[in-house]
This record gives sequence, structure tokens and C-alpha cells, in this order.
Amino acid sequence: MSKELTLAEVIELLNNVEVEALEGVTFEGDIEIEIDESVMNFREEANKLIESRFAVGTVNEWTTAIEEVTIGATPANGGSRGHAVTVGGEKALPYYFDSEMKNPTCVVAIDVFDMPIQLAKSVRTSYEDVMESPSDWAKKVVSEYHADMIALHLISTDPKRKDASASEASKTVEDVLQAVDVPIIISGSGTHKKDPEVLEKAAEVSEGERCLIASANPDNDYERVAAAANKYGHVLLSWTQLEINAQKELNRKLIKHCGVSRDRIVMDPTTAALGYGLDYAYSNVERIRLAGLTGDKELNFPTLSVSSNAWNAREAWMISSPLKEDSNWGEREHRGLIWEAATGFALALAGCELFMMMHPGSAQLLKKITRMLGGSINEEKTDLSNWITKLII
Amino acid sequence: MKLNSPLQVYKYLPKINCGKCGEKTCMAFASRLVDRSKKIEDCQILLQDKEKFLQLAELLAPEIREITAGVGDRKVRIGGDDVLHRHQLTFFNPTVLAYDVWDTMEEVALIERVKKISEFKKFYVGHYLKLDMIAVRSTGESAAKFKSCVEKVTEVSTLPVMLCSFDPTVLKAGLEVCADKKPVLYAATKDNWEQVSKLALEYHVPVVLFSEGDLDSLKTLAVSFNRLGINDIILDPGTYPEGAQLKSTFENFIKLRRAGIKESQKEIAYPIMAAPITAWMIDNDPTPTSYLEAALASIFMIKYADIMLLHSIEPHALLSEVYMRETMYTDPRTPLKVDSGVYKIGNPTKDSPVITTSNFALTYYTVESDLSSGRIDCYLASVNTDGIGVEAAVAGRQFTAAKIKETFDEAGFDFKEKTSHNTIILPGLAARLQGDLEDVMGIKVLIGPVDSNQIPGWMDKNWL
Ligand code: B12
Ligand code: SF4
Repeated sequence: MSKELTLAEVIELLNNVEVEALEGVTFEGDIEIEIDESVMNFREEANKLIESRFAVGTVNEWTTAIEEVTIGATPANGGSRGHAVTVGGEKALPYYFDSEMKNPTCVVAIDVFDMPIQLAKSVRTSYEDVMESPSDWAKKVVSEYHADMIALHLISTDPKRKDASASEASKTVEDVLQAVDVPIIISGSGTHKKDPEVLEKAAEVSEGERCLIASANPDNDYERVAAAANKYGHVLLSWTQLEINAQKELNRKLIKHCGVSRDRIVMDPTTAALGYGLDYAYSNVERIRLAGLTGDKELNFPTLSVSSNAWNAREAWMISSPLKEDSNWGEREHRGLIWEAATGFALALAGCELFMMMHPGSAQLLKKITRMLGGSINEEKTDLSNWITKLII
Repeated sequence: MKLNSPLQVYKYLPKINCGKCGEKTCMAFASRLVDRSKKIEDCQILLQDKEKFLQLAELLAPEIREITAGVGDRKVRIGGDDVLHRHQLTFFNPTVLAYDVWDTMEEVALIERVKKISEFKKFYVGHYLKLDMIAVRSTGESAAKFKSCVEKVTEVSTLPVMLCSFDPTVLKAGLEVCADKKPVLYAATKDNWEQVSKLALEYHVPVVLFSEGDLDSLKTLAVSFNRLGINDIILDPGTYPEGAQLKSTFENFIKLRRAGIKESQKEIAYPIMAAPITAWMIDNDPTPTSYLEAALASIFMIKYADIMLLHSIEPHALLSEVYMRETMYTDPRTPLKVDSGVYKIGNPTKDSPVITTSNFALTYYTVESDLSSGRIDCYLASVNTDGIGVEAAVAGRQFTAAKIKETFDEAGFDFKEKTSHNTIILPGLAARLQGDLEDVMGIKVLIGPVDSNQIPGWMDKNWL
């Protein structure tokens, strides 16, 4: 069945389906066109702008501040650190204008391992000369790479590596505390069975230094780890794996059953590398942060990201693409540096304030940019008027 | 989107469950409209009731206006978001990445750069990540120079273009050669708005409104353009590359998007543009500047740029940019997965290995590309783990001996008939399934390395 249409009907049809333009169409005959009056009116006085003011509100739902947690104790507080760092305290998403950030930057801890470990080439070149000595390694990251803190990983205790004893490992903790005066994170080997014992001993030898003990998690004897942190005056890392409810539950247990005080908990909800689960990690951290700000007292703690696992991403370490169809991947030195920093940027905006990182350049870049967002770096002003022609490249 | 529950949407539908939209019921269709996986035009019956249709269309329109640029295959959609946080639904229309060329470039260099931008690709979970647009920047020499540059660019590439100049005569010259390709005009300002608005109307192209760090005048421009009948608008509040100015830029992006989505301020609910390219105004040292630019790109891709103007086309910058975009814009509601089944890689024979992995798209394609590039002929079984990767699926018990058996049974893969060795290879991270799998399937089970990129080396040692 065919049907003839009038122009008015055609226009109505087009309106219905939001067609904006017709291509390759010709009409024959006379055409009458109706023009919207408001457009006509304005056309006449189109030599004037309609002055308007922009306004937007703040978010009322953000009622609750993130807990402030201090890591490291100076002599005045019974420790020997040259300075302490404080994270948390914010009442809005990171760098938002809704409320001033109390501690307006993210803190970077650079990783130090207690024995030589396989590292991506672009990272290894920075540490090759100090890998045999954890205290030299620690000194180097502080004096040359300006780490705010160090994260000491006692991986030698792993039964599959050296199976070093808890007391051997705690000797390294003492050496490192001697070598540098920044606050430190003490991390086990990730072996659920052995870590509690290792961390307990490490907590004991570092009594009063207010270290961050990593970690209590649902799969290890977290009660024992928590008890050690409490007894020797440390802060505890509450680590779960990409699951908001698991994080809530562990935090609750640490507070209620283990008596950890609220100003001594940092969370690690697990973060993943750019391209390898960062999408999940970003949203998980963001949801946790929003829950905390809107009043969930089991989730309003500062958050740590192990951004150094960006080095697991093959885009960070491989020399070139394994696929011939891919465009050139360029130099891995540059690629890896950006990979770790970009992973960090995303998580810094999601709600992490404490970072474990490995590449000195990545750490610098993350710190520089977040400091600007936090308002603590005032560079020279850039003039953008006529930037299109002023930009000489 | 003003309606966000299927029940609210249902009220507007014909309620006759005819099934012509491909859904069994109108209610089911309603929930597809809410999650934006179907379009309102898919209900033929509703199309006949113009009034209701228009009402519903208005209520379902995204909070941030969606506009298009370019034509053909590489046409792009810009904007169209409905939420402030991706977990609340998903972000729509990945940030459009535009890279610049300029009109004083030598022809050879120009063509080379345009080709690099147009042809860049990176394989990622089953598809290629690509760049979207070429921004032709006037250096102010002459309109004629600009025009011939635009002409050359559109001759060499099918990517949409953005015409960049504050001088309306230059923009007009560009439009004369490419208006039919629906370019984006950059930019109207408080000084040139009269002429640029005329161009936008005359040529029917989207236009960027630029105001240096001042949201009042940006809104003034938006309101005025809207009254002129121009709605294909993009807002550029100015991207300052460093210091306290960067902080205010970041805040401006959040203010604009919050006004559009949370407060439904329609006058300002347009897509936003960021210009990390301004990093090159403060420094010309390529490496650190490319880092700064890529850093700004990450930040504004996360908060909330719908289109972005960039300069460096060094691979390290490009890779991080396309990955960050993918990260923010993958749909958090559905894990990306491939169909489970037994796939042939290369030309497997009876002596070729049989390898198992998960059906999480990232895992599957990673393993597949390692096998193909290592030139290993084999069978690769993608086990139905609900789209979860190997390690997480072993922990979450979606990757089990029973599931593996099911995959081979469903594919009708008989080890006795298809192989001479009756052997299967498990991922290193699934080692703990070995015993179970031997029992359940009655075959020999080998444990492969942890990372699939080690398979070729491992095969040399462990496979006859
Ligand atoms: C993203 C992620 C998730 C996402 C999963 C997204 C998805 N679609 O898969 C979500 C948030 C859902 C998730 C949930 C959980 N996760 Co998770 N998750 C990750 C994370 C961050 C990245 C995993 C990933 O995508 N890797 C990339 C892919 C490509 O790796 P893959 O599939 O393993 O493939 C590689 C290898 O296995 C190998 N390979 C693959 N196939 C084959 C085949 C052969 C023959 C060979 C030789 C090799 C090989 O090569 C591949 C490339 O390297 C890791 C931590 C990390 N940074 O690695 C934790 C991790 C895997 N998760 C973990 C856990 C425990 C869980 C949960 C159980 C947590 C919980 N308490 O709820 C749940 C389980 C959920 C479920 N199964 O339903 C643990 C696993 C610990 C363990 N070994 O037991 C990890 C390691 C975190 C940790 N450090 O503890 N997780
Ligand atoms: S086509 Fe329309 S009327 Fe028919 S089932 Fe779908 S929504 Fe209902």
C-alpha cells in the first residue's frame, strides 16, 4: 500500500524520530515554511548576549569526615621519626571544592624489599646498586627519590623464598628504622599462615614508632596481627579483595572484636593496574569513599593503593607488543612510568590517599599533579587567550 | 534521564505485551529503556501515539545532551551521560580523543602525522582501541593556508575534524571545504560569538564555546546560543595545565557536570571539552611535557571530559590515554566475556596441546594472543566462569573441574578421538584443580606456567 504525504506530514514524521537533517532530498513545488517566533525575535537583536550567572550547590549528603590517621612517631611522641604523616580528614571526594582538604595531598611510600627480587627493567635500573641491602635501599629512596615513607616488604620470610625466621626479618626492620627517619610501612610476605608471627615480631622491635602494619585480612589470623599493632602502638592495614561488604565486615571486626581504635585503621580494598582490573578497583574505592562520606562509620577510613602492581601489566614492562597488528608501543621506559602514575591518578581521584609505588618518576609525577589539585603548588599563571595561535610546537 | 525506574516508564508504554520490540513484555522493555540498552523507537506501537512518544522521549533523554560529529564509519557521539559516578549506571560515549595538526606543517610531515593518528590501533579484549578526531589548528598565518590544510587532512583521513581558530574568517574558510563532513567548530568566545554563531547556523555544525576559566560567561554564551536555535554545543571552560589554575579547572569540570546532572540545569547540560594540549604552552621539552599532558588527560577523562584535545602522539602517551578511556567507559554492569567453548588456534592436529582458560574477555584474548604470536597450534577451551578471570574464578569457585568438563562435553570434544595424548593443560594459577580434574575427566592434567606469555617457553621444555 502506498500513500502520498504532504510536506507538513513529512515534517511531523521527521520530528517524531528526531531527524535533524535530510541528505540528497529534493522537493518540487511551492513550500511554505513556519519559523519559530522566538528564533525570529532573537535574530533581530542577536547583537547582544543574554548575560547569565552560573551557580551550583555543594553536596549535602557528605556529612561524615574520613578518619584522620597519623603514621610515624617523632621523639615528642615517643618515636624516632623525623616527621609523621597524616592522611584522611576530608569531608568530600578528593580535591572537590565542597570542603577544604585537611591534608591536601597524597602520600607516597616507595617499596623496599628485604632481599633481591625480580623487577621490571625500568624499575630495576633505579635500585640495582642497593638491592642487596635493605637499609641502603631505604636510604636511596628517601634521599634521592624523596619518598614520604617507605614500604618494607619482608618477603624473605616466605617459605617458598628464603623462609627466613621472624626474628631474622625483624633485624631488617631495626636496620631500616636506623637508616632512615621517615615513617614506615611493614609488610609481610603475603603468606597467610606465617605473616601474623612475622608481623608480631616486627611490631615488637619497632614499638612506639607508629608504623603501618600490613596487613590484617580475612584469610590470616587478623586477631593476632591486630593485637600486636595495639600492644606496640602501631597503625593497622585492613586488607580485603575488591569487595565492599568484605571490607566493611573486616573493619567492624577489627574495631569491635579486636579493639583497634578508629584513628589507627587504614584500608586496602585491593587496587589493580590500568587495563587489568582498574575499572573494578576504581569503582570499588569510589563506592567505599562515598559510603564513608555519607555516614557509613565502618568505611570512613583513609585508603591505601598498591599502585606498584601496575608493573604486572604487560604494557608497562614488555619491550614491544606481542601482536604485529598493534601500532608501535614505543619505549618501555616511558610507557611503564606513565602506567604506574596513571594507575595512581585514577585511584587518587577515587579516594586513595596513601600509595605504594616503585618507579621514582611515577611517584614524582603523581605527587606533583595531586599537589596542584590540592592547591599547594602555585606555578606561574598561564594565559589561555589566543592559545590556538600562541602554541608553538 | 528523569525516569529511572521501569515502573515509571511502563506507565507510558502500550501495555499490550505484543513482543515486537524483541522483549517478551512491555515491562521488560521498560527496564531496557532505563538501562539504555534499547531505544524508544523500538516500540512500533508507541510510535503511533505521537504525544506519549514525545513525552517519554523527553523524560528519557540523557541529562547531558548528546551530539554527533563527523559522518560515516568514524562518526562520533559526544556527551549523553546520566550519572556522576560510573557505578550508578555506566558512562556513555567514551571521551572523544582529538589530536592536533597545524597549518604551517610541511605537507609530507602533515600527511605522515594524519596517517599516524588515523591508523593508530591497540588490541584490547577482542577489539582495537583507536583515536577519534583530528584537530586542525590555525597558526594565524592566513585563512587560505588553513583552508588548504583542512582540505589535505580530509583528503587523507576519514576521521572527523575539529576546526580550531578564534578568527571567524579562518573558520569559514575551513568550513567551505569540509562542512559536509560535519566538523566541530572551535571556538566561539565573547568576542567572536556573533560571526561564529552565524557559521554554526549556516553550516549546521556543532560548536565549542570557550571561556577562559569563567563559568558565568560560559553560561552566558550557552544561553545565548540556545536562544539562537543552536543546541549542538560543547563547553570548554579552559584547561590550565598547572598550579592553582589547574585546581580551578578541575573544580570547573565538576561544577559543570554536577549542575547538569544533579541539579538538572538544562541551560548548561552540554558535553564538556578538555584541552590537555595546553601543557605545551609551558614547556617544550618533549618527554616531561608528554607526561604532564598524559597526566592531565587521565584526570579529565575520569572527571568528566566528553571530548579532549591533545598533542603528543608518542606511543606511551597514546597507550595510557586509550586505556584510561576504556577503564572509565566499560560498562560496570556486565563483565566482558567471550562465549565458552573449545576454539582452534592455528591448525591443531591430534598431537597438539589442549589448553584451558576462563571466559573473561581480558583473559581469553590475552591467552589467545600469546598462543597465536608464539605460533602454537592448539585447542583453547574457554570455560564458563561467568566472565571472571582465572585467578579470581579459582578463588570464587567458578573455575572448577566440573565446569571444565561441562565445557568439553557441550562442545562435543572427545579427547580419545581428537587427541593422541589424552592430556589437558591448566593455567598455573589453577594448579589446585589438578587432582579433581584427573578424577572427573579421567585424563592427564599438566600445570602450565603462571603467566600465559610463558607458555611458548614452557612448551619447548614440557611438550614433546
Ligand atoms: C579484577 C579482579 C577481580 C574482579 C574480577 C573481574 C573479572 N571479570 O575477572 C572482581 C572484583 C569481580 C574480583 C572478585 C574477586 N576476587 Co579478584 N582480583 C582482581 C584482580 C585485581 C585482577 C585480576 C585480573 O583481571 N587479572 C588479569 C587476568 C588476565 O588474569 P588471569 O585471568 O589470571 O589470566 C592470566 C593467568 O592466569 C594466565 N593464564 C590464563 N589462562 C591460562 C592458561 C594457561 C594454560 C596458562 C599456562 C596460563 C594462563 O595468563 C593470564 C595473563 O597473565 C586480582 C589482583 C591482581 N592485581 O592480579 C584480584 C584477585 C585475582 N582476586 C582475588 C580474590 C580472592 C577475589 C574474590 C574471591 C574476593 C572476594 N573475597 O570476594 C572475588 C571472587 C569473585 C568471583 N570469582 O566471583 C585474589 C585471588 C587470590 C588467590 N590466588 O586465591 C586476587 C589475586 C587478589 C589478591 N591479591 O588477593 N576480582
Ligand atoms: S513493542 Fe511496545 S507494546 Fe509491544 S511489547 Fe514491546 S513495548 Fe510493549
